[in-house]
Amino acid sequence: MKGCYINGISNISAQPTTVSTTFLEEIVGHKEVIIRAFDPDYKTFIKPAAMRRMSKSVKMGVVASKMALEAADIVMPDAIITGTGMGCRQDSERFLENVLHNDEQFLTPTLFIQSTHNTVGGQIALGLGCKGYNVTYVQGAVSFETSVIDAQLLLTESPEQHILVGAIDEIAKNSTKLDILNGQLKQGECDWLTILSSGTSGTICSEGATFMVLGAEQSNKSLAQIKAVTTINDATLDESKTAIETFIAAQGIVPDDIDAVIFGNNGDQDFDDYFHNLQTSIFKNTEQLCYKHLIGEYHTASAFAFWIGCEVFKHNTIPEVLKVNEVKAKQYNKILLYNQYRSRNHSIVLLERC
Amino acid sequence: MNKGIAITGMGIISSIGNTVEENLNALQSETPGISRLEILKSRLHDSIMVGEIKKTNATLIEELGLPKINNFSRTAMVSAIAAKEALQDAGISDINQHTTGFISGTSVGGMDTTEKYYLEYQETAENHRYIEALHAGFTTECVTKYLGIKGYVSTISTACSSAANAIMLGARLIIAGKLDRVVVGGTDALSKFTINGFNTLMILSDEVCRPFDDNRKGLNLGEAAAYLVLESDALVAKEDKKVLGRVVGWANANDAYHQTASSSEGEGAYRAMNKALKVADLSPSQIEYINAHGTATSNNDLSEGTAMKRIFGTENMPVFSSTKAFTGHTLAAAGAVEAVYSVLGLQEQTVFPNLNFKTKMSEFDMKPQTEIVSKEMQTVLSNSFGFGGNCSTLIFSR
Amino acid sequence: MAELQLELKEKIIEQLSLEDVEVSEIGDNDPLFGDGLGLDSIDALELIVMLEKDYGIKLKDPKEGKLIFESIGVMAAYIEKNRTK
Repeated sequence: MKGCYINGISNISAQPTTVSTTFLEEIVGHKEVIIRAFDPDYKTFIKPAAMRRMSKSVKMGVVASKMALEAADIVMPDAIITGTGMGCRQDSERFLENVLHNDEQFLTPTLFIQSTHNTVGGQIALGLGCKGYNVTYVQGAVSFETSVIDAQLLLTESPEQHILVGAIDEIAKNSTKLDILNGQLKQGECDWLTILSSGTSGTICSEGATFMVLGAEQSNKSLAQIKAVTTINDATLDESKTAIETFIAAQGIVPDDIDAVIFGNNGDQDFDDYFHNLQTSIFKNTEQLCYKHLIGEYHTASAFAFWIGCEVFKHNTIPEVLKVNEVKAKQYNKILLYNQYRSRNHSIVLLERC
Repeated sequence: MNKGIAITGMGIISSIGNTVEENLNALQSETPGISRLEILKSRLHDSIMVGEIKKTNATLIEELGLPKINNFSRTAMVSAIAAKEALQDAGISDINQHTTGFISGTSVGGMDTTEKYYLEYQETAENHRYIEALHAGFTTECVTKYLGIKGYVSTISTACSSAANAIMLGARLIIAGKLDRVVVGGTDALSKFTINGFNTLMILSDEVCRPFDDNRKGLNLGEAAAYLVLESDALVAKEDKKVLGRVVGWANANDAYHQTASSSEGEGAYRAMNKALKVADLSPSQIEYINAHGTATSNNDLSEGTAMKRIFGTENMPVFSSTKAFTGHTLAAAGAVEAVYSVLGLQEQTVFPNLNFKTKMSEFDMKPQTEIVSKEMQTVLSNSFGFGGNCSTLIFSR
Repeated sequence: MAELQLELKEKIIEQLSLEDVEVSEIGDNDPLFGDGLGLDSIDALELIVMLEKDYGIKLKDPKEGKLIFESIGVMAAYIEKNRTK
């Protein structure tokens, strides 16, 4: 059957997901509001000469893409689609600061040419020699999901393709802290593992990369099928609930057919109601999972939920650290993902076991 | 030829005009919009020429009817002006009568506001409402809210091919039946960030740019926003809409050669044009005019020219010109600006000229169209290329 | 002159993030681009800014850099002759 199958997935995050072979058995608790991702040994993947100009997001993207391609046993993808909220934030910030501090003098090109949002996608293409379709989406919390929607379209147009789809976001030294000033992030230290019931405004922040290889045909590499993805730019509590009900109905199923839901709660008391509203109603009797207390919030954090979905299908179990209610599913065949950030950029995804 | 997707509305603001009509008048009267910087304050004001929209932010705020305290960057404001015109042109008064999507391309989004307030954010809370403008998608969201659009929204950022990719995505979403109507295009305002960035690459000309000229000295940066309204045939039939033209071909390919420079054989450009012709189901000989990317950098014009030669052959080269000498290189908006010019060319059956050209490039025997000329034409091809090896081609028909 | 050559080697390593290269590995007459040190066109632009910032030499055309940055020796000689600071 033609569809959209995840044939390989990889993840770099604030948890040691690249070095661990277990499913979130080793967990690192964080205290600071802004936390860097857990670095894999980039040098084992990238030659030093190629790495000398790479910022963190390029390194994360290149390594995560290599890991996903390897997992899917694909040497050369037919297309590369990347999603990122802030792109190469570190180089953009440094170039901007140089412009402002040096009164537009003595500026060098390296930071500028790497400041464009499609740098990671371009660098992956350059490294692989991939001359196919290459597009980058920058749309807040749905940057990754809009990339997946494009990949679905490509697979409908040419089902023989293998598409590399990735999410990348990095922290920058100064500009990430600005999100504390406008209330997006919490003030002072906090315990990440209990953040979901913080009772305070704002969230916690990190960075990461998630890459997947998608194909239209199911293979022995297939980890999950992406049945449907939808995004909504702006919605009230009621509108988001209705949208989810409509989405589920459009799949020809009812909420009870869903075995588990992965929510994007980030511990911001002002906006987590979008999740609570569903957790206490249509999904009251469904097993519920959250993950941002482990990996923090960033524009493409929701890509981590795709990785969790694949891991759940693989291991047939859910680590305690992800569970947020007492319900236990009998089996895991259908998993729903729902995310939003500050009432905007909602995404709803249905994953199915292959 | 593939039937393609109907274009039912267009809107544009650039340095040669604040509306589609003004842009057309400037093109027809061969009046370029290249000048020194007057609105944006930059140390480089005496050393570069730009395509600047001669309206202050205060004027733009007033024209849009925005509250005095708002969080619109200049990029968002020019975007709102052009998108609004496109919707009016398409005769859409109730935007949510049919679900309408919005896909906008931008390179640095609200960088113009970020660079203004960045150093003072820590000291005063006065302008904290602009902090979010660091995120390029925020620009799109400001405009989405302003227009009241409720459907699918996304932002594409692939440097200077962003708007072309937005138009392509819109067409594909309509073909796939995911949308009935979508506003597609791009926006970029001039900023110190981009001006200085391009300056470090030493590809800015201190004179008016001369695309495809042997003595070209580099590009002029510009600012603009432009949008098309695309609608499904079902909706066009149902509402008996006038159709301005059609998008019939599209493709994106990667040069995979260098982070910023194009390969000498123009591989990415060649692949994009070739694939767009396939999507349109056209042979190269059926293309009657090329609106080239033609930035007037040494590297682009040679690489693009080589790719054009590979596709069409020197003997059968269609009439071509770059309109960058009118507007400057408007970065992420360029693909949409030139889409509007391509459709205007088809409507008026006119080829707009490649200004400032004098001497043929030594590398090949190709000369752009240098005077405005009437020409019967059905199909136009438009190129847009960006950093990261990003190459896009769109094909339009009457 | 030898002092300037050493200074240039250190600066190039630092400025162009050549972390794995030692000063002793760069010969005074080794080509900096292509087969030698392997620098590329972006590095050339970085070096042009270095000339301006550290030695007060302003190049108008990036193509001039090609000749000047042939090797450390050529570069040092050019700087000696043209420096304003």
